Amino acid sequence: MKYKILSNTPLREGLELFDMRVCAPDFNALPGQIAHFLCGEGTTLRRPLSVCDCYSQSGMQIARFCYEVRGKGTKWISERIAGEEVDILGPLGHGFETVDGAKAVLVGGGIGIYPLMSLSRIYGKNAVALLGFRDAAHINLTEDFEAYGTEARVITDDGSSGRQGFVTVLLDEALKSGGYDIIYVCGPKPMMAAVSKIAEKYGVRCQVSMEEHMACGVGACLGCVCQTMLADGNHGYKRVCVDGPVFESSEIIWEAAK
Amino acid sequence: MEQKNLDLSVNFAGVTLKNPVTTVSGTCGTGKEYANFYSPEQLGAISVKGMTLEPRDGNMPCRIAETPAGMLNSIGLQNPGVHAFIKNELPRLEKCGAVVIANVAGNTEEDYCKIAEVISETSVAFLEMNISCPNVNHGGAAFGTDAATIERLTKNVKAHCSKPVIVKLSPNVTSITDMAKAAESGGADAISLINTLLGMRIDIKTKRPVLHRNVGGFSGPAVFPVALRMVWQVRNAVSLPILGIGGISNADDAIEMMMAGADIIGVGTAMFANPMAPIEIIDGIKQYMIKNGIERVTDITNSVIPWEN
Repeated sequence: MKYKILSNTPLREGLELFDMRVCAPDFNALPGQIAHFLCGEGTTLRRPLSVCDCYSQSGMQIARFCYEVRGKGTKWISERIAGEEVDILGPLGHGFETVDGAKAVLVGGGIGIYPLMSLSRIYGKNAVALLGFRDAAHINLTEDFEAYGTEARVITDDGSSGRQGFVTVLLDEALKSGGYDIIYVCGPKPMMAAVSKIAEKYGVRCQVSMEEHMACGVGACLGCVCQTMLADGNHGYKRVCVDGPVFESSEIIWEAAK
Repeated sequence: MEQKNLDLSVNFAGVTLKNPVTTVSGTCGTGKEYANFYSPEQLGAISVKGMTLEPRDGNMPCRIAETPAGMLNSIGLQNPGVHAFIKNELPRLEKCGAVVIANVAGNTEEDYCKIAEVISETSVAFLEMNISCPNVNHGGAAFGTDAATIERLTKNVKAHCSKPVIVKLSPNVTSITDMAKAAESGGADAISLINTLLGMRIDIKTKRPVLHRNVGGFSGPAVFPVALRMVWQVRNAVSLPILGIGGISNADDAIEMMMAGADIIGVGTAMFANPMAPIEIIDGIKQYMIKNGIERVTDITNSVIPWEN
């Protein structure tokens, strides 16, 4: 399906991070779902981007994608301008499950903060966002969480802004003080593994958003799998594109996720 | 020419297919995954995900790497086993009237024969012997790279199978024609080629191969000229019907592949970017036939006029 680009601009000066908005009348993405972007010349495969947000503004349904330029596919996407169309397959997959009346912790690392934005829109002040960045120069989008009423607590690896350390420190503190029903996390795998462990320690439900190289996006090719614990207690591969990208953290075999 | 006079049907190894376009094993699941785009009965046939006697987990991720004009995969025959396929997937395919090619692989020759017996008891139209999977340690390509083994295995499977047998050849051999002749001597009813070429990518930041199994199967537009050449060589070496596979992305590629000698063609990797590719290719072949006054699609097959050298 083709959608018209409304804007596609750098998120922050000097970083390879972009913020694209498309007019998407029938694109009703749930938080955490994926959009599979057709890219230009020189790419064989589509690129899966998580949906950052989906909202309506003056009667127009808008889908928002924040992404990092990592290779030629995302580079091509970043070069598209307002008025052009993009070919998107989606929304795909199984997104974050929201729970009415729950208090949520959104845990994001780096570009993993983007799929949490839809949750911030839904939970508002009933969520706190714990956002980890490499350094002060990489901080972005925190004000958007605040705009939805979600308190954003920032931590940086090198302490150049906010607290120094990893986002797990903030999570441990938040859960110690209590009152949270569910954790949503997206970021590098080691960070998600650590978050999953903390969630288990405090007995709080935790949903994680997984990422793998993806081909078909519809569950046919079995390319984007991650190792999970199946209902029968055995290990088995599940597809990130249709069974995920969001899984219960307890399902993931973290030792296998490298 | 009126469209109603167009005959897209092909008799392939005794089975009438409504058109010459199939989808390739491993790229189309069992058809339901693409239900939002097309239904498998719109195709000439669907070659379902390769299956084994027992369920297989497949390989550790990462299983996918992009390359210039192509991709590598290292799925490793993840499948729920032939019995689960028959129970859970085949009834749906039967109901919609799809022509099913059962792609099968084994660790041993015995496995191939057993699975052939199981498939013989079903409504499946063809058995496709996958002797060319590059992504498993046992079976697969180990069978498909030696002519004597291909002949013996084909003969054995034929003795246990009531369905037409398609032998799927590996391109990772010195002489593709020797392999095709071996399949013919073994009694194969048809040949499909090519399976993927063995390839590799390395992440220069980590010095690690991108695929966890280090190497994987290379497919996509980049392999098309190799596939075309091999189909042409095999067409000139054996008289068996040919299912031409390898990097076909559009109707022009499909027509080229048929001109080189393919009776029918398979679409695989192209579907990942364009899920509608098989249907667009069927339409494109129709348009080509109308434009060129061709009534029967079978007239395209082997119509290449090679240069005399």
